[in-house]
Amino acid sequence: MAEQISRDQVAHVASLAKLAFDEEGLNEFTEQLGDILSLFETLQEVDTSEVEPTYSVTTNVNHLREDQADNWHQKRELLANAPEEAADLIKVPAILKGEAEE
Amino acid sequence: MTFNFFDHDLAALHQGLKDGQFTAQELVQGSLDNIAKTNDQLQSFLNTNPDLALEQAKAVDEDGNFAHPLAGIPLGLKDNIATKGLPTTAASKILEGFKPVYDATVVDKLRDQGAISVGKTNMDEFAMGGSTESSHYQKTTNAWDSSKVPGGSSGGSGAAVAAGQVPFALGSDTGGSIRQPAAFNGIVGMKPTYGRVSRFGLFAMASSLDQIGPFTRKVQDNATVLNALAGFDPKDSTSAEVEVPDFTANLGKDIKGLKVAVPKEYFSEGIEDGVAKTVRAGIEQLKALGATVDEVSLPHTKYGVAAYYILMSSEASSNLQRYDGIRYGFRAPDAKTLEEVYVKTRSEGFGDEVKRRIMLGTFSLSAGAYDAFFKKAAQIRTLMIQDFNQVFENYDLIVGPTTPTVAYGLGTEIDDPKAMYLGDVLTIPVNLAGLPGLSINAGFVDGLPVGMQLIGKAFDEATVYQAAYAFEQATRLFEKKPAIADEY
Repeated sequence: MAEQISRDQVAHVASLAKLAFDEEGLNEFTEQLGDILSLFETLQEVDTSEVEPTYSVTTNVNHLREDQADNWHQKRELLANAPEEAADLIKVPAILKGEAEE
Repeated sequence: MTFNFFDHDLAALHQGLKDGQFTAQELVQGSLDNIAKTNDQLQSFLNTNPDLALEQAKAVDEDGNFAHPLAGIPLGLKDNIATKGLPTTAASKILEGFKPVYDATVVDKLRDQGAISVGKTNMDEFAMGGSTESSHYQKTTNAWDSSKVPGGSSGGSGAAVAAGQVPFALGSDTGGSIRQPAAFNGIVGMKPTYGRVSRFGLFAMASSLDQIGPFTRKVQDNATVLNALAGFDPKDSTSAEVEVPDFTANLGKDIKGLKVAVPKEYFSEGIEDGVAKTVRAGIEQLKALGATVDEVSLPHTKYGVAAYYILMSSEASSNLQRYDGIRYGFRAPDAKTLEEVYVKTRSEGFGDEVKRRIMLGTFSLSAGAYDAFFKKAAQIRTLMIQDFNQVFENYDLIVGPTTPTVAYGLGTEIDDPKAMYLGDVLTIPVNLAGLPGLSINAGFVDGLPVGMQLIGKAFDEATVYQAAYAFEQATRLFEKKPAIADEY
């Protein structure tokens, strides 16, 4: 089932991943992803119909603990990491259409 | 004044500090001076924190308590390990200038025991790569040959230790990112059992695979550092609540009767002749030391790369959703709407390899592909674990090469992602199964080190170290130093 990924599919995946590519980038990624997906296709040789998937090897189930707050009083340090701040809050561009920008 | 760490292993540094031959401040200053002298060539450190490091060293000296074997000893940290108030970027533009508000658990532990981080080491962006060339900031070179890659993704830590800038460093290993640079730089690198070391504060790539571990020049040093790192951490629910033995306890015990399995698949096509020959000779050495050696089969090995790249990229694409330009790091300057902030920030802030993996992961998890890719890969993972379990019913250790090749030229593979991925074929299975794996230098081909990989049962790092130590003491390959050692 050597189906290659199409340019449109790559563009769709990019939009899901919140990435944008120019024409050249899209072509390059389509080629590279197709190449890598052909490697992934080799897995189809293996019969896994009776095999349980493994998503993690940890044997832990749940670690319950008291919900205690710590590491407080770092507002300045946290805000210092924000690209833009205003009035002690993180500032982002307008979310709703129609709001005045700036 | 530089300090020659090639003349002192960790035990000797510890003794020297206790006896007053030198101070922690002298060691830290020595390390900083080593870095100042050789970093133009090596590019292993992204930055150093001299003021804080010297202040910590002064406090250790004044306290005078050298009870812990790492007290007063300098180290380097891979830049995906959070350090409070100090830049931590994972070598990505998207985290330029980011300063965590907390320390990783391993950083806390090392500081509590008196060890002193002098700086952050270069890496592939978000630990994605095998050559450290995907770093947004700089290209690190191999400690033995400046025209060759240092391996990756922990290439900065590997080169820094091999070149004697610091006596030890931490890296992280998701598919080989400690063992492969250890192999390429001729030193000891350990990826502990999944859950052995807390991942709290390690910038997540693939949460079911990532582990932190040490780089050192010698085996005993490595076991000493793992002693300081290991243990359950309430802040990482995947860290294991199992007893932590003294990993140095078995060092020096002979390996007579140790049952070693050599998978035939680890010497199949794609393994360079020189690498195969050197590692075969290393296995003969283990035999000469009393181990019994048999050939075994791990039949699903060849599917490991495909299964790994699906699972890892799926986990990574989820983990990296948090980098959106809102709360920290880089934000695209000309984004006008919220959607534009996300898309432009991520498109301008991530490099190509990171984008490639986000795309692969997003695709593998998308409707229509989930069963054929993500679930299929997770089923292959089960089969690979069963392969290992079967072998470990009858054997103590699995041994083979760490990498198919020695270090290759800078710039030769970065544009061929598939070729780069296939270089991980021998290290990936160990992460998928969550086992401990160590790389140790087994010799040289054309002046470049060859790594031999020792894989143990889950939580049996002690046996891995025991065998590695016996091999190291018999071969004494650590006595050979790279030319850069003459700088100190």
